[in-house]
Amino acid sequence: MTPIDTSKGRGAAASDRAGRDTPAGSGLALSLRGVGKRFGAVQALADIDFRVGAGEVVALVGDNGAGKSTLVKIISGVYQPDGGEIEVDGRRVSISGPRAAQGLGIATVFQDLALCDNLDVVANLFLGRERRQSGIVLDEVGMEQEAWRLLRRLSAKIPSVRIPIASLSGGQRQTVAIARSLVGDPGIVLLDEPTAALGVAQTAEVLALVRRLRETGLGVILVSHNMSDVLAVADRIEVLRLGRNAASFDARDVSIEQLVAAITGASDEARSGRDDLAATPNPAGGTS
Amino acid sequence: MTVAADLADERLVRSKGLAGAVDVVWRRLRGGDLGSLPVVVGLAIICVVFYSLEPRFLSSFSLVNILTYAAPVGIIALGIVLVLLLGEIDLSVGSVSGMGAAVMSVLVVRESQSVLVGLLAGIGVGVLVGLVYALLFTKLGIPSFVFSLGGLLGFQGVLLYLLGSEGTINLPSDSGLIEFTRFSHLTGAAAYALVAGVVALYVLGGLWTIRQRKRAELSAPSVVGLAVKAALLAAGLAGLTYYLGIDRGWSYLFLLFVALVVLMDLALRRTRWGRHVFAVGGNEEAARRSGVKVTRIYVSVFVLTSTLAALGGVLGAGLQTSVSQATGTTDTNLTAIAAAVIGGTSLFGGRGSAYAALLGIIVLQAIQSGLNIVGVDSSVRFMVTGAVLLLAVAIDSVARRARSSSGRG
Ligand SMILES: Nc1ncnc2c1ncn2[C@@H]1O[C@H](COP(=O)(O)OP(=O)(O)O)[C@@H](O)[C@H]1O
Ligand SMILES: [Mg+2]
Repeated sequence: MTPIDTSKGRGAAASDRAGRDTPAGSGLALSLRGVGKRFGAVQALADIDFRVGAGEVVALVGDNGAGKSTLVKIISGVYQPDGGEIEVDGRRVSISGPRAAQGLGIATVFQDLALCDNLDVVANLFLGRERRQSGIVLDEVGMEQEAWRLLRRLSAKIPSVRIPIASLSGGQRQTVAIARSLVGDPGIVLLDEPTAALGVAQTAEVLALVRRLRETGLGVILVSHNMSDVLAVADRIEVLRLGRNAASFDARDVSIEQLVAAITGASDEARSGRDDLAATPNPAGGTS
Repeated sequence: MTVAADLADERLVRSKGLAGAVDVVWRRLRGGDLGSLPVVVGLAIICVVFYSLEPRFLSSFSLVNILTYAAPVGIIALGIVLVLLLGEIDLSVGSVSGMGAAVMSVLVVRESQSVLVGLLAGIGVGVLVGLVYALLFTKLGIPSFVFSLGGLLGFQGVLLYLLGSEGTINLPSDSGLIEFTRFSHLTGAAAYALVAGVVALYVLGGLWTIRQRKRAELSAPSVVGLAVKAALLAAGLAGLTYYLGIDRGWSYLFLLFVALVVLMDLALRRTRWGRHVFAVGGNEEAARRSGVKVTRIYVSVFVLTSTLAALGGVLGAGLQTSVSQATGTTDTNLTAIAAAVIGGTSLFGGRGSAYAALLGIIVLQAIQSGLNIVGVDSSVRFMVTGAVLLLAVAIDSVARRARSSSGRG
């Protein structure tokens, strides 16, 4: 409940949030209830509840192996959940594949970026959604124009869109990956560890991109295990531990210490954000 | 002065004028982006060497033959370029070509069907083989190396079975297929008209691109540059047309091959399908997650490869006027694969162009022809071809290392 000054830029982010009304724009609300996923003997996710609204940045945090990427892949259609419900804007849906997710307005930036090194920036931005002239020929000029529009919208710094992805820096590749998620005009953007491999300046750049996504009314799911990044941009923080919901915090009212405690399971008090779970001992606690 | 959107970044080093253009090319080469430079240099060396040994090598007669005989295996190599772009391989293209030729000749000669029916059946066999391969690959996950090795042996067996005790089937000498493959040449006014048409299309395409990019306020290539390139293209093609015309001219068979190459190049660079082929070859998982229908890409490529192999087979049979037990054996397999690699298609997937098949097969055919003319045994030809292939793969590997050290992947 006390403001923490260890988190950089948090004050600015908080006042930014306070100044905003319910966002307009093309954002979507997504909610998951009771979702589970098992890989062989590993129960990667169990009984997960999760929601994100339009114009909201929800951070998904947890230790390595907590199930963050698995949850992201379920939402983006890469994996099918074993059970549970998924709703988009109140409608129950099943996300049968990446294409279906795109169709529902859910765009994903994967942890391992999923870019084709041998293709240039434009080709990567529009991969799977190429624009065509007269139904056959690729509309290279139109796509290049749109590429610059997207990159400018993100105030991104890419020297040329006609160079192969392989020749870009880590931050630039991340920028391309985020810009690509915007090509289909999505309502929700999932970012899996977008700053994990980046330096200080590049991280700041990417966090600025995340704020810009929220400003345009999108719902953003940000997966990270960097607490200061999370506190800098998130509105709400969901903690996963060993494949279960461990806690949920309002980013304004939480300290790094509380977050770390919830992530490691060190303190029961830290779970007070979710009373129901705080009372239950974690059944997955024995496995790792 | 306003700057085009794609040149606005201050870090972009802008290159101006001729020195700038040369610098750009030099940097690209240093960065391991060799394109078709090694094979063009290689071809020049081959020409100089054989010409100094035996001037007849560059005679009009000899060049017409090189181009004509390059075409059938070149068409097979075009299919190999496609599988290599996906990072897969098809070792059985030669056997498939032999089987296609055998099916056609059996239908035409023994069953007295029309040549058209024979052609369709021969090519249809290729389609079928490709479908089966695609099934084995996408449904059962069998490596392409394995099932195509099986195909290499199996389809050679089918060829022997179809030919039976006779061993050789001679095609009727009055058939349209032989007329087309052996005796049809384009020369004189018609050939120059074709050259004019090609250059006109090239210029129109270039102008269209420039206009579109200017309209979109993007940087556009210069009209002068386009004019220079078009002039070079026109001079080169007209010169070749004249020189080949001293003998028989452009063979229809070679023109068909070039037409297929150009079509394939356009399909690869200008259509969604081609873009997806490169994407799957570069990073299959990324392509899948982007919504690329990866299975369809594999199916289309395996089918196209086998189909082109069968097409090359029936055309080759026409050119040889017969199908024998040696048709499409190991020699054809490896020549087609070597041509694609020598032409600059990477064995590692995601890099290459349809023109690799054209350049590569011309190199190999030139070597074969040159060694024939200077009277060297075919044993030497195998050794030389092997060495050239090794050289091409070495260049590919070195270029790949240069690319990764200069950050071009
Ligand atoms: N494809 C898979 N097959 C088997 N186990 C998996 C697979 N993907 C993830 N897991 C397991 O599920 C658990 C959660 O993984 P993940 O979602 O990647 O965690 P995080 O992204 O939070 O680090 C881990 O124990 C991991 O080993
Ligand atoms: Mg992860």
